[in-house]
Amino acid sequence: MQATASQSDPIISFRHVNKIYNNGTVGLKDINFDIPRGQFLVVVGLSGAGKSTLLRTINRMHEISSGEVLVDNESVSAYKGKSLRQLRRKIGMIFQNFNLVKRSTVEKNVLSGLVSYYPTWKCVLGLFSADDRKRAFQALTRVSLTKKIFARADELSGGQQQRVAIARALMQEPKIILADEPIASLDPRTTKAVMDTLQRLNREDGITVIVNLHSVELAQQYADRIVGLRAGELVYDEDIANVTTEALDHVYQTDSEV
Amino acid sequence: MSYPEMPQRPWSQRHHVRAIVWTLVLIILLALSSWATGADFGMFLANLDQFTVLLVQMAHPAWDYLSVIIQPLYETIQMAILGTTIGAAFAIPFSILAAHNLVSNKYLRGLIRFVLDLVRTLPDLLLAAIFVAVFGIGSTAGVVTLAIFSFGMVSKLFYEVIETIDMGPLEAMKSVGASKITIIWYAVLPQVLNQFVSYFLYTLEINVRASTVLGYLGAGGIGVYLQRSLDQFNYSATAMIILATLVVVMVIDGVSNHLRRVLL
Ligand SMILES: Nc1ncnc2c1ncn2[C@@H]1O[C@H](COP(=O)(O)OP(=O)(O)OP(=O)(O)O)[C@@H](O)[C@H]1O
Ligand SMILES: [Mg+2]
Repeated sequence: MQATASQSDPIISFRHVNKIYNNGTVGLKDINFDIPRGQFLVVVGLSGAGKSTLLRTINRMHEISSGEVLVDNESVSAYKGKSLRQLRRKIGMIFQNFNLVKRSTVEKNVLSGLVSYYPTWKCVLGLFSADDRKRAFQALTRVSLTKKIFARADELSGGQQQRVAIARALMQEPKIILADEPIASLDPRTTKAVMDTLQRLNREDGITVIVNLHSVELAQQYADRIVGLRAGELVYDEDIANVTTEALDHVYQTDSEV
Repeated sequence: MSYPEMPQRPWSQRHHVRAIVWTLVLIILLALSSWATGADFGMFLANLDQFTVLLVQMAHPAWDYLSVIIQPLYETIQMAILGTTIGAAFAIPFSILAAHNLVSNKYLRGLIRFVLDLVRTLPDLLLAAIFVAVFGIGSTAGVVTLAIFSFGMVSKLFYEVIETIDMGPLEAMKSVGASKITIIWYAVLPQVLNQFVSYFLYTLEINVRASTVLGYLGAGGIGVYLQRSLDQFNYSATAMIILATLVVVMVIDGVSNHLRRVLL
């Protein structure tokens, strides 16, 4: 599809990206870096550092104030309407609070990842092809939740809900997965299950994964590369081979302001 | 251990000054208003025996009249259901447009809310009078009146429900590339549906009661019979109508209360 994108080009690039919220808060300050295809990138930083903001500029859930965000060599600012929805469909997103529709079944939540492939009227009537229903089942198999397919989402534990959310993202057949503190409300065991799932998708399917994490330990365990934000600025950027715990701790040092 | 001395009540509290003053003011206001409106308290007392006559007659409902009023009672219920359904159906798109968490354009939202406020200020009796004039005596006028009345009421209840939903699923649907309508269908409706149905039933209860009164203005249903019996001083028939209506209202209330409890 993307004639201009070659395998060696970065899948995402930030070029002098600034984000100032309407109330004057600085979200991002002159962000510059590239993310190669297939990387497992972890973003760390204090609360309020701008991690969520950074992630959401990639799929245009947030608009940037100046600069450029490129996905597959195309500036995302140019998209609107249908082309914006097509951009979003190749980028899966995972949230801290899972963001499932709690009163709907697991199957319906997973199928909802597909809606951008269908015309609106078919979505409204729930007319998904038999093939796609099979794919929903397969997506649940990949996150080891086939038994729960007809359960209501609010009957599941937090870890299970997050895996349903991952299955939903898988239905999009994404090239990129953005995960905003996906494990912040989970216990250690389910944390491992969720992080392992993301790692598998990265290694087996070659999906580029970008995860915001608070835990330096987890970051070191899963990342290919770690970037650190402080007050909207990129203050740390190292491949995992060069990451030292001392240098990482520096990211968490507060200036006098906070 | 010594406790501080309990404070004395102030003089005015000890002698209930406030209560006495308010009672006096109320009595004076009542006297003034009855004088101003020309209400004659003497006449009220003199005609009290008329009231006794009415009560005596009403204590003997005309049971055989039931067969006559079954049909109009049924019509009343149909009017209420139809009117509520039409009103609620129109309320759904309007409440979506009026909800601040779905529509960020505050001018559009303001306009929609203004229209809804306007509709709500129209009294149902006025609407009934107008539509009886337009459509003639019959249940059409009743259905249209109830539809508009329910529309105004339900829209407000609906958009207030929408404004309390969890926005997370909407964000997720937006991130998968869903269109606006798909977002509403997948992420909003499942969250509000139960409360919508509950408010629909609640409005239906009100409408069953309201439609008996509307019928009085000629808008069809049991109210027409109520008016006729009163005009003919046939109070035992009136009693029968009131009794039957009471039973219907109680049954509808009971069923809808039960359903709402199951839903929520
Ligand atoms: N919608 C908004 N309007 C105004 N300011 C905002 C908005 N969203 C975030 N901010 C501000 O922008 C800054 C960055 O927020 P962001 O949510 O990106 O931080 P974060 O690193 O994800 O923090 P956390 O770890 O708490 O999730 C914060 O100062 C925050 O208060
Ligand atoms: Mg955040």
